[in-house]
Amino acid sequence: MINKIVNSMADALADVRDGSVVMLGGFGGAGMPNELIDGLIALGAKDLTLVANNAGNGETGMAALLKAGRVRKIICSFPRQADSHVFDGLYRAGKLELELVPQGNLAERIRAAGAGIGAFFTPTGYGTELGTGKETREIGGRMYVLEHPLHAELALVKAERGDRWGNLTYRKAARNFGPVMATAARCTVAQVYETVELGGLDPETIVTPGIFVKRVVLVERGAAAGAA
Amino acid sequence: MSYVRRTRDQMAARVAVDIPEGAYVNLGIGLPTLVANHLPREREIFLHSENGILGMGPAPLQGFEDWDLINAGKQPVTLLAGGAFFHHADSFGMMRGGHLDICVLGAFQVAVNGDLANWHTGGADAIPAVGGAMDLAVGAKRTFVMMEHLTKGGASKLVERCTYPLTGIGCVSRIYTDLATLEVTPAGLSAVDWVEGLEFDELLRLSGVPIVRP
Repeated sequence: MINKIVNSMADALADVRDGSVVMLGGFGGAGMPNELIDGLIALGAKDLTLVANNAGNGETGMAALLKAGRVRKIICSFPRQADSHVFDGLYRAGKLELELVPQGNLAERIRAAGAGIGAFFTPTGYGTELGTGKETREIGGRMYVLEHPLHAELALVKAERGDRWGNLTYRKAARNFGPVMATAARCTVAQVYETVELGGLDPETIVTPGIFVKRVVLVERGAAAGAA
Repeated sequence: MSYVRRTRDQMAARVAVDIPEGAYVNLGIGLPTLVANHLPREREIFLHSENGILGMGPAPLQGFEDWDLINAGKQPVTLLAGGAFFHHADSFGMMRGGHLDICVLGAFQVAVNGDLANWHTGGADAIPAVGGAMDLAVGAKRTFVMMEHLTKGGASKLVERCTYPLTGIGCVSRIYTDLATLEVTPAGLSAVDWVEGLEFDELLRLSGVPIVRP
């Protein structure tokens, strides 16, 4: 019997190694897998490269991982926010490398990794600092920049419900990067608020099919689930 | 003659005039967010949010915030009946694939050829953040810019060439400021309207770039 539902964070995160590239779902606080990140902090993995949209908010979740000194580099689109003081401090002190990526390039590079695409041309970033040094090509009279896929060893995503085959549904705009990141990592771990029997998820509404998910771990819905 | 600058809400109302029924529209964070307050209720317009929402509605009443339902600025919003959620690659596919009719962005500078600078001042101590600006700028069918005409120091934000780092090349269609509405044309900037009492020569002087008078 296949059962991807594990009982502990240590089991859920068994694949993490020092130096891993780790994708974190979420847009601001929505969809941020805070419990899995806390598990990552507890396991002590270090020298990580994170792929995420932002660079942490307040003192919890991703910001706590940064504060614990476990991160070497962040690949993201929008690090600077009203409450990104942990990132800001580390970046200004030169303790954190930043690769800034236009948000659509970030999503598409992740999608490309999951879909087996070698590289792709996009007009986004052409003629800007973020396209500098990259191969360009004119296609149909328009200029494009060559962008490469973003792979990861581990993707941590926050979903709403999951079953033992790893099928997932999400809640509202907390979906954001979860489904594409799930396709792009060698090991995807989902935290869910509810596990259901096989057949308990309407197959018409499954957003991430279990083929993309290695482990599912149940977490309790926190009172401050959303603090952005 | 004397003139009064458009307030932020008047600028937003002016942009709203140019958004037709049925348009798929993305409003950037900051000033462009105000446009939503000026779209007439009877006009059906589809608001897109980069984090995976179409049919985005207004802010919820206090006490009804749902932190899984936020906009690009991470503020709580609502979903209209008929609205939909989708993942980030689909959301940016909507931008990058040319499916959005209009995006409205803020700006530091716009050049006479439609070059846009709005993501980074390039300052030594500034932490860069780009978000979805570059995707919107080149992906939407029409890119509107909404900004103050002048910097706090009185310099024109309309320039021959942007001195701040570029967001996109030749991507701006129309510019809405507190003084005027300008169309970017192959021949340069063309005035659509300007505030009452402002002499056209004074608009030209303040702008510091050529503007064609209709």
